[in-house]
Amino acid sequence: MSIRGKAAIVGFYEVPTRKEMPDRTTFGLLAEVARGAILDAGLKKDDIDGLITPEQFNSLTVAEALGLQPRFNVSMTTHGASGATSIATAAEAIAAGVVDYVLCVFGESRPRSSSRLRSVAEARDSLPPRSRTTEWEVPYGPVIAMNGWYGLMKQRHMFEYGTTQEQFAKMVVDQRFNASKNVNAVWYEEPVTMDDVLNSRFTNDPLHLLESVMPCSGAHAVIVTSAERAKALPNPPAYILGVGGPATRHDIIWHDEDMTTTPVVDSAPTALQMAEININEVDLAQFYDCYTILAMACLEDAGIVQKGEIGPFYQDTDTTFNGTFPINTDGGQIGAGQTGGTGGGFRHVVEATRQVMGRGGIRQASKTDICMVNG
Amino acid sequence: MSEETTQYKKPLPRPPEPELTAPFWEAAKRHELILPHCTQCDKFFWYPREACPRCLQSDWSWVAASGKARLHTYTVVRQPANPAFAEDVPYAFAVIQLAEDVRMMSNIVECAIPEDLEVNMPLEVVFDDIDNDWTLVKFRPASEN
Ligand SMILES: [Zn+2]
Repeated sequence: MSIRGKAAIVGFYEVPTRKEMPDRTTFGLLAEVARGAILDAGLKKDDIDGLITPEQFNSLTVAEALGLQPRFNVSMTTHGASGATSIATAAEAIAAGVVDYVLCVFGESRPRSSSRLRSVAEARDSLPPRSRTTEWEVPYGPVIAMNGWYGLMKQRHMFEYGTTQEQFAKMVVDQRFNASKNVNAVWYEEPVTMDDVLNSRFTNDPLHLLESVMPCSGAHAVIVTSAERAKALPNPPAYILGVGGPATRHDIIWHDEDMTTTPVVDSAPTALQMAEININEVDLAQFYDCYTILAMACLEDAGIVQKGEIGPFYQDTDTTFNGTFPINTDGGQIGAGQTGGTGGGFRHVVEATRQVMGRGGIRQASKTDICMVNG
Repeated sequence: MSEETTQYKKPLPRPPEPELTAPFWEAAKRHELILPHCTQCDKFFWYPREACPRCLQSDWSWVAASGKARLHTYTVVRQPANPAFAEDVPYAFAVIQLAEDVRMMSNIVECAIPEDLEVNMPLEVVFDDIDNDWTLVKFRPASEN
């Protein structure tokens, strides 16, 4: 069944993304953005009958904390893709007629760095559950966080396609420019140059520090409803034309047949077919960017460029909000920060909505009829 | 050297299903590399698991591997997740493409890092006896194979 055009995002809200918000609690942030999105949509709290939350919190717990009694409750478990997937799930449930107004809310107030360091040390000292990883990876000394896997992916992409460090750096420069004009970005008013990126230290070669996200505190929310109900609401609706995925091979990246190809090769054609549009009709893109290489490989797999051509594309294309093909116009996660509580991927949904509604302010791109979002 | 001075501080392999993979680790102690080979598919697979990931049949057996490999990709570690590895930085955390058409994680040793590393370079297996009970399978640069 196609859900083409049957649902729309009708309101959004976010709080600024910052390294730490020691005076704020997670549920306090979620309540603030929930209220903001409901008001922005021109609704009342009691209108909300569906709730989608991050995997870190049981959605029933969030419903209770927010004083909601939703008849449709989901905790998304697709990691970074949860933000984008929440919109697909909300649209599917709305098209099926089981719910009217879905609140999707993601975010976290991260613990202070001192207590984070303590919990990292505790996790290290207490042996993790035995797994494939503790047998076949841990004895060889993996890199901290996800840096290692994306370093491996980047190295292989450079080998297979000749992608250069300068081409990766250009993506960072464009996104940090976008973030420098976004008051909600962690790197607001802090653009970088090519040299800044290329001279930043290797977290692990060939990955530079500035090609990685900053884990942050923050929160974001949107309201999804039916196209019919959307007509009665104040904002211009951002219609959901097509969805694809989720699909993942993430856990076995190191013995995947092709480690520079992502599941987007499956999800993008599915979404485009449902939307009844050609990839060439897409005006701009908001793509999950925990690291440069992931967004770049996904843009290839979506068909924005041919496989292996993303390096030259970035080199030759202005991808800022002023550019010919804008990408991650709020700065993306690399520029605006990776909100905890799986909010990193959700910022792409919020910025897509903002641009399609024409509410981008100084960052409004010139043509934003069709935006592609990848989680 | 006495046993105290050779105490291995880094994490040992911790198999979730020790009986399933015991033959691999026992072979490594003998400095032999063996891999799961599916009788039905006539192909190797990695990592070892109850059923062949291609056909889901469980009649597979351990078969000796050539020890020949290529460097599929690598990253140079400067910030290990576990500080016990700090004394080794920079070292190579790598995806190894074995001649038997399977890939496994390992380290590249006996060379200058990062200078000597190159994607697709030929490698050969070496065995690192890290303590009395465990031997890790690692790889070093080889002449063209
Ligand atoms: Zn088989």
